Amino acid sequence: MNFIIGAFKPACHISVAFSDAKSRKQVPLKKENGQTVMVPFFRSQENITGKISVEPILGKKVEHNGIKVELLGQIEMYFDKGNFYDFTSLVRELDVPGEIYERKTFPFEFSTVEMPYETYNGVNVRLRYVLKVTISRGYAGSITEYQDFVVRNYSPTPSINNSIKMEVGIEDCLHIEFEYNKSKYHLKDVILGKIYFLLVRIKIKNMDLEIRRRESTGSGPNTHVETETLAKFELMDGAPVRGESIPIRLFLSPYELTPTYRNINNKFSVKYYLNLVLVDEEDRRYFKQQEITMYRLGETS
Amino acid sequence: MIADGVEDEEKWLSAGIAGLQQNAFYMHRALDSNNLKDALKYSAQMLSELRTSRLSPHKYYELYMRAFDELRKLELFFKEETSRGCSIVELYELVQHAGNILPRLYLLCTVGSVYIKSKEAPAKDVLKDLVEMCRGIQHPLRGLFLRSYLSQVSRDKLPDIGSEYEGDADTVMDAVEFVLQNFTEMNKLWVRMQHQGPTREKEKREKERSELRDLVGKNLHVLSQIEGVDLEMYKEIVLPRVLEQVVNCKDELAQYYLMDCIIQVFPDEYHLQTLETLLNACPQLQPSVDVKTVLARLMERLSNYAASGAEVLPEFFQVEAFAKLNNAIGKVIEAQENMPIAGVVTLYASLLTFTLQVHPDRLDYIDQILGACVKKLSGKEKLDDRQATKQIVALLSAPLEKYKDIDTALKLLNYPRVMEYLNARTNKEMANVIIQNIMKNKTCISTAEKVDALFELIKGLIRDLDEDLHDELDEEDFKEEQNSVARLIQMLHSDDPEEMSKIIHTVRKHILTGGRKRLPFTVPPLIFSSLKLVRRLEGQDESVSGNEASTTPKKIFQIVTQIIESLSSIPVPELALGLYLQCAEAANDCDLEPVAYEFFTQAYILYEEEITDSKAQVICIHLIIGTLQRMHVFGVENRDALTHKATGYSAKLLKKPDQCRAVYACSHLFWLDEHDRIRDGERVLLCLKRALRIANAVQQMATATRGSGGSVVLFIEILNKYLYFYEKGVSQITVESIQDLIELIRSEMNGDNASSDPAADAFLASTLRYIQFQKDKGGAVGERYELIKV
Repeated sequence: MNFIIGAFKPACHISVAFSDAKSRKQVPLKKENGQTVMVPFFRSQENITGKISVEPILGKKVEHNGIKVELLGQIEMYFDKGNFYDFTSLVRELDVPGEIYERKTFPFEFSTVEMPYETYNGVNVRLRYVLKVTISRGYAGSITEYQDFVVRNYSPTPSINNSIKMEVGIEDCLHIEFEYNKSKYHLKDVILGKIYFLLVRIKIKNMDLEIRRRESTGSGPNTHVETETLAKFELMDGAPVRGESIPIRLFLSPYELTPTYRNINNKFSVKYYLNLVLVDEEDRRYFKQQEITMYRLGETS
Repeated sequence: MIADGVEDEEKWLSAGIAGLQQNAFYMHRALDSNNLKDALKYSAQMLSELRTSRLSPHKYYELYMRAFDELRKLELFFKEETSRGCSIVELYELVQHAGNILPRLYLLCTVGSVYIKSKEAPAKDVLKDLVEMCRGIQHPLRGLFLRSYLSQVSRDKLPDIGSEYEGDADTVMDAVEFVLQNFTEMNKLWVRMQHQGPTREKEKREKERSELRDLVGKNLHVLSQIEGVDLEMYKEIVLPRVLEQVVNCKDELAQYYLMDCIIQVFPDEYHLQTLETLLNACPQLQPSVDVKTVLARLMERLSNYAASGAEVLPEFFQVEAFAKLNNAIGKVIEAQENMPIAGVVTLYASLLTFTLQVHPDRLDYIDQILGACVKKLSGKEKLDDRQATKQIVALLSAPLEKYKDIDTALKLLNYPRVMEYLNARTNKEMANVIIQNIMKNKTCISTAEKVDALFELIKGLIRDLDEDLHDELDEEDFKEEQNSVARLIQMLHSDDPEEMSKIIHTVRKHILTGGRKRLPFTVPPLIFSSLKLVRRLEGQDESVSGNEASTTPKKIFQIVTQIIESLSSIPVPELALGLYLQCAEAANDCDLEPVAYEFFTQAYILYEEEITDSKAQVICIHLIIGTLQRMHVFGVENRDALTHKATGYSAKLLKKPDQCRAVYACSHLFWLDEHDRIRDGERVLLCLKRALRIANAVQQMATATRGSGGSVVLFIEILNKYLYFYEKGVSQITVESIQDLIELIRSEMNGDNASSDPAADAFLASTLRYIQFQKDKGGAVGERYELIKV
């Protein structure tokens, strides 16, 4: 469709301006073509207001069957590319059918919009929010313009946040006890904890803590699971002996994490795991994976 | 194979250095452009070179030092960065984003150092965090170096008393806690090194470990430097904690090194006050640990401390240092059953040195130590272990050196018992030491008991202890030894004649056991000290010595006679003869004519029966003549008999010149200036004439056998005798006879077959000059000389 517009030149120029664009925070967003652009970010139940201006080119008139703006929340599966599933769709009519001769500005407002899901760019799935302006025309085809924005939702500090404590081992070989101070971490949090060696009969070379993201898409037999290792953090160098306890302190801020997403619109889930990996001198890996819940904490708090 | 290993290591090291330098270069560039992000990135990459496992400690150290230098620069940068407004807390977090632990921790320590300096957080919190985080490095080598780095950057930032980083309360405790923890962890890593890797490389590992030991020991040094560690804290916290670590690590190398470290780095008075704790740890060490050296070092330090001044001594008494040390040594010896005997003795020797320094007045302690030593030695053969004997010699020498007085050593009952265990050679050596000590300090040993004890001690020199050894002896050494014994005998002296006589008896008893080789050395000094006593008695008031019946000159002469007789078994007649003559002279001084006569008789008998060598005869006859000349005690008859014999012997000498000289010497027997009784000019002349006759005979014999005249020296000698007696006023010596003699000499010298003899010419010339000199002097003598016409 873009191709056609490009070929015939658009008959008019459409721009979207948010009313609080100057004060609103902008965040980077990675586009499909790989470029990163700065876009405003909103939280759920905010008012999304602004103006849309339509400017015909060279004094040509634009005949149309009506102008509307839609706020869309879409989920796109990569195995089904181009096919957007809209989980949110709000429409505002801007103009009744008629003709535009000169630049015309339409204010719009979506108040207290429910945007329960966050913008997400995963391996197999994308969730995006977009404002779509459509000028409907009869023969010439509609003119559309998209404006992306990002949605992020803050969570309150969880009232229950137990530590993760566990004793694992391989009989007569390795026995450790580890502890992470919480089970729920916010995105800029620090993971603290320790690993206590109860029995060491293997020659350990080093020990890493990995942060892994598991993205599952689809459902039933069509479920796709993709796991990425986002962080590999060395905790220990060398072979410990019985009774050693090794501290953990991992700052999460350097990593590009998102909150944990559970069953977003029955389409996908994103979960985070801490994976403790011990490597022995023969490069055998011994690991234990624990899920942690990630959440986004309000920036002010 | 091994060479390959070394080569490879070189290669790895240079690769490591190259990598390090390259990243350091980029890091510098980042630093110069104030690019914090890049600086962190490249410094982490640079430090990654330290992650290698391929280098030996030595090579790793080289790499580490390079990294260390770079980190100094980085630290400066961090400091500047904070002054530019970068929050140190942020920086502290930022460096922890590094994925690899080793670079991360190096950076953390570096920033931590800046953090403490910024004082934005209490030093103790930062230090605690750092030392905790370092646990992540469990690899011994890398861990040791990392912690050593931590120790290095933190040592001037400890919250010590008076330090600018001092906190509110209990701050020193934090500093101590920090160092102790670092020490403990380092020691664990160090010990662990021993147990990793294949068994066959055990030795290599031990070597590598000992190269690393200073890294661990440095912590103790830091501890000792903390101002706030006072005695109380040392006693209650530092020492128990350190010792706990030392004992629990159960590692031979570490235990030995660390014990030594403790002893060396902390002040003496601390050791003194915590002696019990320190000593209690010793028996708990591994049996293979060289505890004796540790204890020896401790005692050495304490001894030096005690020697530093008298004011510290009360401290020693207060803590009963001796009892504790003694006890500890006992326990250690008990615990380590197979400790070599040398070790045991070393321990006792150190304890002894210590005791001498601290309790110089407690002989009982010293005796106790020696006793313990004897106990340990008992039931064993004589020691043949070189090390052990060396230590025993040191053990036994120590009291001598301290007291500079053999008396004290003689009071120690166990002293001789220890000596018993020495082999013959060492025993002798020790005896020598004792004698040298006496000589050096000019100790006077003045009672018979002491002399007895002393000789018992040095019996190694007095008699043969071990027959087999006898022949191996070096002649020189033997002489040296015996000469020192002789000197020792001279040192024995008591002002009380009674006691002195006892001493002589005692010495005699001992030296008579010495055998034929020793007697010639030991008898003369004894004789002389006896004669000294005789003369002293003579000089004293009769009444004083009179009431002591046992010590009279007569009695002493009896002993002396016996002693000299003991020489008869050994063919040393010349010596015996000389001694008899000495005795005779002493008897002469005491007016004991019969005794003197007896001695002469003995001398004559010896001369007749034993002395057959003509050279010896000449020497002896002159001795006899000389002695006899001075004797004034004899009555006419006795004297005649003796002089007669003497002249007889003279005339019977084998060689004519010897005869001649002996005969003219005899002339002196008949003229004593100081005794009117003995002035027999006739016989003087007779002797001289006889001498002349013999001289003539010599001359003729020479002409007959060699065709040339013999030396005229004899004539000139006789001329001198003539002049002597002439000067003394012997009427029988006339001017004419002198002039005839001079004539004779001249003609002989100018004769046809005279051989030139410059010595004789000079002799004559000086004789004539003497005559001229006497003439010129004038007076009565001059007048007599005037008569001689030359």
